[in-house]
Amino acid sequence: MTPARLAVLAALFALLTLPQVTASRTLLTWTFLIALNVALAQSWNLLSGFGGQVNLGHAAFFGLGALVTRNLWFQGLGLLPALGLGTAVAAAAGLLVGAPSLRLHGPYFAIGTLAVAEILRITVGNLLPEVSTLPGPALAGYALAPRYYLALAVAALTTVAAWQLTRSRFGYGLAAVREDEAVAEASGVPAFRHKLAAFVLSSALAGATGGVFGYYHVSFYPQFAFSPLWTFDALLMTFLGGVGTVWGPVAGAAVFLLLREALALTLVELHLLLFGVLFLVIVLALPGGFVEAWRALRARTAASPAGAAARK
Amino acid sequence: MTAILLQNGVFGVLVGGLYGLGAVGLSLAFGVLRMLNVAHGELIMLGGYASVWLFALARIDPFVAVLVAAPLLFLVGAGLFRALFRHLARADETQRIKTSILIGFGLTLVLQTLAILLWDADERAVTPGYAGQVLALGRVVVPLSRLGALVLAFLILGGLHLFLTRSRAGTAIRATAEDEQAAALVGIPVERIYLTAFALAAALAGVAGALVSVSDAISPAIGLHWTLKALIVIVLGGMGNVLGTFVAGLFLGVVESMSGFLLGNAYREVVGLALFLLVLGVRPQGLFSR
Repeated sequence: MTPARLAVLAALFALLTLPQVTASRTLLTWTFLIALNVALAQSWNLLSGFGGQVNLGHAAFFGLGALVTRNLWFQGLGLLPALGLGTAVAAAAGLLVGAPSLRLHGPYFAIGTLAVAEILRITVGNLLPEVSTLPGPALAGYALAPRYYLALAVAALTTVAAWQLTRSRFGYGLAAVREDEAVAEASGVPAFRHKLAAFVLSSALAGATGGVFGYYHVSFYPQFAFSPLWTFDALLMTFLGGVGTVWGPVAGAAVFLLLREALALTLVELHLLLFGVLFLVIVLALPGGFVEAWRALRARTAASPAGAAARK
Repeated sequence: MTAILLQNGVFGVLVGGLYGLGAVGLSLAFGVLRMLNVAHGELIMLGGYASVWLFALARIDPFVAVLVAAPLLFLVGAGLFRALFRHLARADETQRIKTSILIGFGLTLVLQTLAILLWDADERAVTPGYAGQVLALGRVVVPLSRLGALVLAFLILGGLHLFLTRSRAGTAIRATAEDEQAAALVGIPVERIYLTAFALAAALAGVAGALVSVSDAISPAIGLHWTLKALIVIVLGGMGNVLGTFVAGLFLGVVESMSGFLLGNAYREVVGLALFLLVLGVRPQGLFSR
């Protein structure tokens, strides 16, 4: 077993036992939020990072998952069936939106998906203007641990999906489509079908993430779950960490949330300025994000004779 | 009933003129550079603040502030191009479009946050003496300040059209938009044309922002709204087409205003976006392009 795998297993063990070893609500909430954002960013990464299709309407699927899961759960359906249906609705919406929009080229895919999400956000705001609050009994029995485990599960699921994309036939096909659609088609990869499958996978997992959010949050306006911020945060975290990599969204989400918390104490808006600048630097000069920087750093230490020997 | 419809139509045209002006810079830059700067709405916001501050500090009329906002944003645009967008010119078209959207997104965050830090998140408005005065035409009223903004927008777009079609520099810009390699071959300095077109696009955003401030409040958050409107308009009008963009702006203004009246105000934005998706699916080269 390689040290990297050992580290992943140790981290997983620590995460799984966290609710047992700590009584700190703050720590648990923060780990929950990181897991939720890992799932959000990673689900975006599946299509936009690995597939190269910049989807600016990701919030729509997150919002659908949140809305459907929460309402079915409120109406007495079990949580897991509700979550499953929320995920299914988001996946169906992904099929419905993806089929026409993925035929668009140039900037039209990005702005088309943004328009779809905005239509949905405004319509939800019009139809459901009332704030949605947990009913009394659910509120009385509110526990963080199940929410935490659910977020952890979705984060793990999305990350495993991303990992599979790096080593499966479908993933190779998707990478070929990202690099050059015409060349991919010429070598027998059906580009549109690959993109559509990635779109549906990405929106289904965004829906599951939204479902966890709908289960977690005590009180919010339904429209809030459709805010473009969910898309923008996912994009930001993924690029900070490393777009199109397995660990990029994980690193990006952790740094994003920790830095946001640290800076929010001093100045509310400062973190956005910092992330904006950092994002620009990464897009312009370091397209692989933190993950790439880490690899480059390790390669440099490995370039010394001792390091090179150790690598072999 | 007809009077109400007519009133809504007039209002739609008045707002639509600004939609057209707000979009034309984005359209020009995309046509020439094949870069989609999604921070265009933030540049409009900066133009709006130029006008707001000139009025607050020196009582300068927002129509006069246009003369300051335009060169100021021209310089901002030139600086942004040099710092962020210039090196994209080497990439192929697909990469160029995708990366320019990402850079524009980062820029959106930076400009919006800077505006909040510098000028806080409040809405600010200019209040010249003629604010609220209207021109009554039978049973239809036309707010004077909006009418002035529409006329000025029309003049500026006409001027831009003449510049692009009649002048030597404008012809060089169009030639670069048409085929940059051929343009380079006949001795057009493509790099400089890029810089000029991008800065000109920013200047047009500055003008639009100053004219927006005539009738609407300015706040750091208005950027996304204007970027969305501009994107809808350039898709309706056909990317890179000045007159088509203006017509599409007027069209969107009227459609929004009418649907706001017929379906309720809550859905006016939705109708514009749905129209946009429809055009995107059926006629991606635009409604008003040849």
